[in-house]
Amino acid sequence: MLRYVAVRVVQGAVVLALISLLTFGLIHAAPGSPISLLVGEARVTPETIANLERRWGLDRPVWEQYLVWLGNVVTGDFGQSITRTGTPVTEMIGEALPYTLRLNAAAITLSIAIAIPLGIMAAYRRNTMLDYITTATSTLGVAVPNYWIGLLLIIVFASQLGWLPTYGAGAGWRSYVLPVTVLAFEEMAGLIRVTRGATLEALGSDHVQTARAKGLRERSVLTGHVVRNALLPIVTVLGYRIAFILSGTIVIETVFAFPGIGRLFSDSLFNLDYQVVQALVLLLALIVVTGNLLTDLTYALIDPRIRIAS
Amino acid sequence: MTTTTRTGGRPVDAETIDPVAAERGILARQGGKAQSEWRRRWRRFRSYPPAIFALGFVIALVLLAIFAPLIAPYDPYDTSPRLRGDGPSREYLLGNDGTGRDILSRLIYGTRIALAVGLGATAIAVSIGVLVGAASGYFGGKVDLLLSRIVDTLMAFPTIALLLVLSAVLTPSIPLVIAIIGFTVWASYARVVRAEVLSLKERDYVLAARASGATSSRIIVRHIVPNVIGVVIVLASLAIGGVIIYESALSFLGLGVRPPEPSWGRMLADGRDFIRNYPHIMIAPGVFITLTVLAFNLLGEGLRDAFDPRGRR
Repeated sequence: MLRYVAVRVVQGAVVLALISLLTFGLIHAAPGSPISLLVGEARVTPETIANLERRWGLDRPVWEQYLVWLGNVVTGDFGQSITRTGTPVTEMIGEALPYTLRLNAAAITLSIAIAIPLGIMAAYRRNTMLDYITTATSTLGVAVPNYWIGLLLIIVFASQLGWLPTYGAGAGWRSYVLPVTVLAFEEMAGLIRVTRGATLEALGSDHVQTARAKGLRERSVLTGHVVRNALLPIVTVLGYRIAFILSGTIVIETVFAFPGIGRLFSDSLFNLDYQVVQALVLLLALIVVTGNLLTDLTYALIDPRIRIAS
Repeated sequence: MTTTTRTGGRPVDAETIDPVAAERGILARQGGKAQSEWRRRWRRFRSYPPAIFALGFVIALVLLAIFAPLIAPYDPYDTSPRLRGDGPSREYLLGNDGTGRDILSRLIYGTRIALAVGLGATAIAVSIGVLVGAASGYFGGKVDLLLSRIVDTLMAFPTIALLLVLSAVLTPSIPLVIAIIGFTVWASYARVVRAEVLSLKERDYVLAARASGATSSRIIVRHIVPNVIGVVIVLASLAIGGVIIYESALSFLGLGVRPPEPSWGRMLADGRDFIRNYPHIMIAPGVFITLTVLAFNLLGEGLRDAFDPRGRR
């Protein structure tokens, strides 16, 4: 087990190193130098530009810039924002992160609370009306662009009825209702399919038949044998998904002008504030890698076949 | 057709229950393997009604894209200030957008972009995925180690974030949008193909071929590829929908297909600017995106039935 953990941690570290290299390369190749953005229309002497370049370390060779940046990142210093001059990137992320976390925590909780029971019931009452409606809704849910649902909800509940704010996070819990609904709906669609599939699998297995043959009450069969076995694949998928949800909020936060890290990401991208973009991509990737690692380890802990196979 | 019993609401024929016996029976009757195999796949595909509707819808979309100039009632770029934000009328069935362009005509022309991006990017992604996955699974060892780390890296990248950064950096034309999406989303296909090849490699007939002196390239072409192709077709058809959503999201955020091109995502972005006064602008493009993605997803499920009779829904 220890060997397995070690191998997986090293693999994760390699992936993170590659990501940092790729991110840095991408941003470096981007057109529009940060200096010209900083200076804007103002007339400046070449000396001023040279001074600025020296101050931001842009006069040094690329690989040196990368190593300096990486060194800073490792010590938790993501540099300073160029559009909000002087503000540390970590501070900007720190301001935005709580909004995104609250938004996603609410969406995930809501989708789990609805999707898992619904998926189990749909599988248990296969080919009933409940199953058809659930399956149809989740099939549709996977196909609908989430930002479009956001726009429709804005039209109905914000524009027409005026119950909820159109954008921003200034109205307390009411600001969260629409974005949470959209994210939860999207997440539910996928989760229902996984849950239903896993439950069907469990329902067809031999030990469930045995349990029934023994004369166990249907209720005990369902809770003790079916659901317990179905939960393992569900938890696995959920673990991988949660890591990705954060990046899924980029579009939704932009639609609702919600001040989380998704909005910060797209704003920074448009403002060519690459220090912030770099930091956010790295942060999102770190979350994905850590999330996957934890999921894998949990799974290996539960199922010995996995660590032996590797 | 073999005896059809109704289990679980959908007709399931005998071969689904016992593929080997069924194959023998059909082979005996028809006396041709290649022919009967595709015929059986078609029958399994047909037995899932949504897939038939989906196929019809996709064919209609393709026709719409090809004959757009003949079908579209107006020029999709033609602005007429007089009609700005008009709702649906007899002449303009879906109304006009914020600059007075005919929404229906733009939707019809938008089919071209959606299909070009959906099919093009998927073709790129699946090709890379198959090549990398097959090499990784077949050769193993150092090659596998290297390729697998690349795949891991791409998969750990939040896709939308990577797409956004690439689009911002490259300010893309439509072909470049196709390339960006294709080169970003291939990793998961490589992973599936790798797993498939790993299991195929150990099959008896592959071992037998190797024992009788077949070269690696011959084994890959003759034995591995034909067996992976089903998985690849299913993956590809399921991927198209996802790609279309990515394109629409990119264009919606202003980073994908540039105006005035009538991309559906771009049309939603245009509609968003007039969301208070002319909400009708952003209804139709969203409906079209949803139906198109839905059709490709259902097509994929039908194909999965066709190629993997044991898989169940």
